[in-house]
Amino acid sequence: MKDLIGIKELSRQNIEEILNTAKAFKEVLSRDIKKVPTLRGKTAINLFFEPSTRTRTSFELAEKRLSLDVLNFSISTSSVVKGETLYDTLKTIEAYNVDYIVIRHSSSGAAKFVAEHTPASVINAGDGTNEHPTQALLDAFSILEVKGRLDGLKIAIVGDIIHSRVARSNLYLLSKFDTDIRFVGPPTLLPEDAPDNVKIFYDLKEGIKDADVVMLLRIQLERQKGAFISSLKEYFHVWGLKKEAFSYLKNDVIIMHPGPMNRGVEISTEVADSSRSIILRQVTNGIATRMAVIYLLTPKEA
Amino acid sequence: MFIKIYNAYIIDPFTNKEGIADIFIDDGIISKVKFKRKITPIALSLQPSASILEIDASGLYVFPGLIDMHTHLREPGYEYKETIRTGTLAAVRGGFTSVCCMANTNPVNDNPEVTYYILAKAKEEGSCDVYPIGAITKGLKGEELSEMAMLREAGCVAFSDDGMPVMNSLIMRRALEYSKAVGAPIISHCEDLSLSEDGVMNEGKLSFYLGLKGIPKASEEVMVSRDVILSKHFKTSVHIAHVSTKGSVEIIKKAKEEGVSVTAETCPHYFTLTEEAVSGYNTNAKVNPPLRSEEDREAIKNALSDGIIDVIATDHAPHHIDEKKVPFQEALNGISGLETAFAISLKLVHDKILNLRKLIEKLTLNPSKILNLKKDGIKEGAQVDLILVDINKNWTVKKDKFVSLGKNTPFDGWKLKGKVLFTVKGKKIFDMRDQ
Repeated sequence: MKDLIGIKELSRQNIEEILNTAKAFKEVLSRDIKKVPTLRGKTAINLFFEPSTRTRTSFELAEKRLSLDVLNFSISTSSVVKGETLYDTLKTIEAYNVDYIVIRHSSSGAAKFVAEHTPASVINAGDGTNEHPTQALLDAFSILEVKGRLDGLKIAIVGDIIHSRVARSNLYLLSKFDTDIRFVGPPTLLPEDAPDNVKIFYDLKEGIKDADVVMLLRIQLERQKGAFISSLKEYFHVWGLKKEAFSYLKNDVIIMHPGPMNRGVEISTEVADSSRSIILRQVTNGIATRMAVIYLLTPKEA
Repeated sequence: MFIKIYNAYIIDPFTNKEGIADIFIDDGIISKVKFKRKITPIALSLQPSASILEIDASGLYVFPGLIDMHTHLREPGYEYKETIRTGTLAAVRGGFTSVCCMANTNPVNDNPEVTYYILAKAKEEGSCDVYPIGAITKGLKGEELSEMAMLREAGCVAFSDDGMPVMNSLIMRRALEYSKAVGAPIISHCEDLSLSEDGVMNEGKLSFYLGLKGIPKASEEVMVSRDVILSKHFKTSVHIAHVSTKGSVEIIKKAKEEGVSVTAETCPHYFTLTEEAVSGYNTNAKVNPPLRSEEDREAIKNALSDGIIDVIATDHAPHHIDEKKVPFQEALNGISGLETAFAISLKLVHDKILNLRKLIEKLTLNPSKILNLKKDGIKEGAQVDLILVDINKNWTVKKDKFVSLGKNTPFDGWKLKGKVLFTVKGKKIFDMRDQ
């Protein structure tokens, strides 16, 4: 495989291969010397058109652990300031002879666009509201670590689904396994015409009470302006995950969040810091998962 | 030049005549149309003469030159996308001898100077009749009415803010009322911009799947409703541009049944493609209104058949390749349609959705009535304005062969049935037999 554009394009077998490889890399990361010489002499570039400290850092660490030479290329763009086209940026980077391009861009389909125009391996680190495949993979890896399986699980994704590439990638990944998927949140933040295999809940308790996994999504502070929600306070009151929920949640439920989280908006401090939260484990697993993805991709011979 | 067309099957909604005929053309004027009962053998001269063109049109059709009431010629201001020269050349290649060009040029066609400029350019460099459409509001801003009466005098045949719809219902009311005195209709691009927000494709399962922001069907239907209600209450006419949804069809149907003076057009892509064409982020399928779902496509076809939709227009919207070679969200809306529209529309005839006569009406008589264009049709003494068509000829769309500067088509590589062989417009003859 040349690129990782989305979970959509992967088979269950592809996913399992990545997760197994990630497991091996996680073992490497627990050693005293955390680096493998696998990709020495190859170059990776992190091409970020949207600011992101966490994802970029996680990728950078994964690349360094694989002995890649790493370049960071951050371009702040807005739809108002139009400069060089994505195509021209790409051609410039290609002239550096890089082997791996990790891209984050505000336009859905941007990673596919880039992959179609370069021989380098392209890894989608988030394109618009389309996909964030490595997040879904690290989420699956984390669930597997704790639960030992994906099949048979009930998973509730709570929050701003329509604007979330994390929700979409998780949906596509979990849909390839025998899972029960729910979207929970205010109707304004859920798809008007939901995928067939997803159950919609406007009521938080109904949506999560028998869930094995609750994935919370970050609420963007500007959603209030677009009239998606009335206020962050009301969101927290109705859909925020608070400690009262432990009275009806399953005892072995796990709480996840892709970060960065807003305490007091989608999650309360007590829940975030509880023993059911695996949020920091997700961060740790991001590195091994991203190492696995890069390791398994093969750039086209130029 | 003397042209003799023998044994053509004429369908002419203007003269309301249909049948086999020989047509003689003398220096741009039809000197004779001789209807006859059957095809008679013709011995064409073996030595083709430079001053006489003889065509054995047995098995071929002759129609009046087609009229496209919704074209973007881009000139003045966006000559890198299209010019009056290339756009009208694309038109005649596609069988259109009259095009009505939208006002969203730069400067906007909201004052007579721009209208004069377009008409002068068209006279100088154009291959067919060009009828400018003026802006409803100054600068397409939706705030103040443009000088519609003076624009009409200068040559505008209709008024539209097309891609920048008049959102303020009061301004729209005034425009509709004012247009009654001006004697040229308002063409409404129906879209509630606040509902569309920054959507880029039809809203539904597929937009969610692709992670693209959707434009709901309600965005169009809310404004179709508004405009027919305004038209009804203030007793004006209104023409609804590029209908794309089943709901719009139903609203227009009901309005027509109630006697509201509403007419409507659709475009070939709306009865040929669905939102599936966008899959893979194909920017050449990005158009506004967006391609819709299968039930909409079916409804549009039925509406053409039932006469609820009066006109097929191209919404020819050429763009430069750089404006489409970007991620989907950033790509501009539009399809370069003049060179494929008629052949795609002929599929409605081959599929028995429409008979040939009805199709030709939607491409000639109906737009001419809505816009009050004086067209003679194919009759003796008239300036020649006709096309010769082989409705069964197979050909493949090749965007690189377009004469339009806009190569932005989702139909590249499509195999189509039906081709315009000749377009004859006044003294100009366009021979497409080898293309």
